[in-house]
Amino acid sequence: MNTAETIITRATPGAGRTVIGVSRFGDRAFEWLTLLMAFSIFVLIALIGFELFRGATPAIRKFGWHFLVSGTWNPVDGVFSALPFIFGTLVTSAIALLLAVPLSIATAIFLTELAPLWLRQPLIIFIELLAAIPSVILGFWGSYVMVPWLHIHIYPLLRSTLGFLPFFQGQDSGPCILSAGVILAIMVIPIITSVSREILRSVPGLQREAAYALGATRWEVTRIAVLSYAKRGLFGAVILGLGRALGETMAVTMLIGNVPYIGLSVFKPGQTLASVIANEFTEAITRLHTSALFEVGLVLLGVTLVVNALARLLLITFAGPSVKPQN
Amino acid sequence: MQVVAFICAVLVITPLLLVFYHLTKLGFSSINLAFFTQLPRAVGETGGGMGNAIVGTFILLVEAAVIGVPIGVLGGVFLSEYAAVSVSWWVRFGADILNGVPSIVWGLVVYALVVVPMHGYSALAGGIVLGLMMVPMVMRATEEVLHLVPGGYREASLALGISKWRTILQIVVRTALRGIVTGVLLALARVAGETAPLLFTAFGNPYWPRNLTQPVAALPLQIFDYAYSPYDDWRRQAWAGALVLLLLVLFINISVRVLTRERWGAKP
Repeated sequence: MNTAETIITRATPGAGRTVIGVSRFGDRAFEWLTLLMAFSIFVLIALIGFELFRGATPAIRKFGWHFLVSGTWNPVDGVFSALPFIFGTLVTSAIALLLAVPLSIATAIFLTELAPLWLRQPLIIFIELLAAIPSVILGFWGSYVMVPWLHIHIYPLLRSTLGFLPFFQGQDSGPCILSAGVILAIMVIPIITSVSREILRSVPGLQREAAYALGATRWEVTRIAVLSYAKRGLFGAVILGLGRALGETMAVTMLIGNVPYIGLSVFKPGQTLASVIANEFTEAITRLHTSALFEVGLVLLGVTLVVNALARLLLITFAGPSVKPQN
Repeated sequence: MQVVAFICAVLVITPLLLVFYHLTKLGFSSINLAFFTQLPRAVGETGGGMGNAIVGTFILLVEAAVIGVPIGVLGGVFLSEYAAVSVSWWVRFGADILNGVPSIVWGLVVYALVVVPMHGYSALAGGIVLGLMMVPMVMRATEEVLHLVPGGYREASLALGISKWRTILQIVVRTALRGIVTGVLLALARVAGETAPLLFTAFGNPYWPRNLTQPVAALPLQIFDYAYSPYDDWRRQAWAGALVLLLLVLFINISVRVLTRERWGAKP
């Protein structure tokens, strides 16, 4: 029997099972009900794929592959390409990871190895509460508190010290790619920290003890016995954070400046796949514009699914199904 | 190394503290009875409130629960009690995929499914998108909690001659009820703060909600609109709205922790 037959046979309620208890009808009805509810998952996945494709079809027909590479997004002239947004999404996510990963992993190490026991639980709670802050609130706070502070205190410093690099050239007006990257970092830190913490906890104690027995210092034990062992799992945690960063909409929309841009300076305003949909969808007049935005959604979905699948693969092959990423 | 790690930990929790501090500083003074009970005033007039957004969010959450809870809990029951390993693996995999779908993509899908046929934005569409987003969350949480119920309970009940569906509903689910409620509350807290999918489903509305087929205001939407506006008074109210929303979300999250603490008491 192939897999499909096996699944259908096993999933059919009552197939090859002795029924204990009186209510045979009740049992079968309930089992079918719950099965239907569970299989709604597949219906939803199919619906998402179907509706996105249906909405994107006019744009796909008109632009084909050029949609991904040609680089011009001009609703007025009816020329659409997702390239500036793919660029913006990748750059903001890269900045977010660059900032978040060292902080998160260091915090995870602190939580699992170094912190006094009484401090651990409160810190963990704080970090998980940070994850619960709605995106629009972080965007609002970011807009009115963080960005002006960065604009006045940090960006001029970056420009004067690192301005020889093409990344830090040019004037900024506050909302820019770098600002969006910073707020994204704040948003992915909780995820990377909590998954990393789980990973580090699952490293067997024997690894550490063996390193100590060989005369390693505390840092060496952490570096060699724990971090190297946990490399794959930590990488999975980072990719999971990346998956979250890719789909983040509101905070990014409020901090990125909303101009399609491809270039090297992080002080310039940009646009991501999610933020362009949020900005332009309700104002898209032509069918082609709407359809192009659906196609942007399709690209976003594809990228997010691939990244999330990769993350889970890494986590499962490292630690087994016991490590559950907190969604 | 210890110092570096400690500094990193401090840096990590600083944004939460700062957000809370600034929201309180800028928003607390604007929270008064009027904020909760009045509609937004016209541009240029001061005063008014976000009463419609708060009621709107409440309506959307009720709709979301009506959709998300039955499908999610019953699906979780299937995964835990009935499904063969191969089937449940696929369903779980699918739920994880759904959990990874960006919220704005959900908005696009429900726009195509509900808003277009209805020829208009509506509270119905907003509730549907939030409810559908809740389904995979609640399903996974329910399944996990049901797995923790000892098998002996099921066996004892079946040995007494109680039918399987009754066993599940009255023994297993009832035992796991606190955990299921926890999962539902956490999912509600997640969708309560969602703005992106509501941008083109519920859309927003400056008046009291009257009708599920009309657009409706929601707290995160209103915060987004006001935050971007050039009017000082609206921005002041946006701070208050943000504080209320944050308190709501944090309150749910903290209560959930309190509810689950005595039971599971895990080591950090």
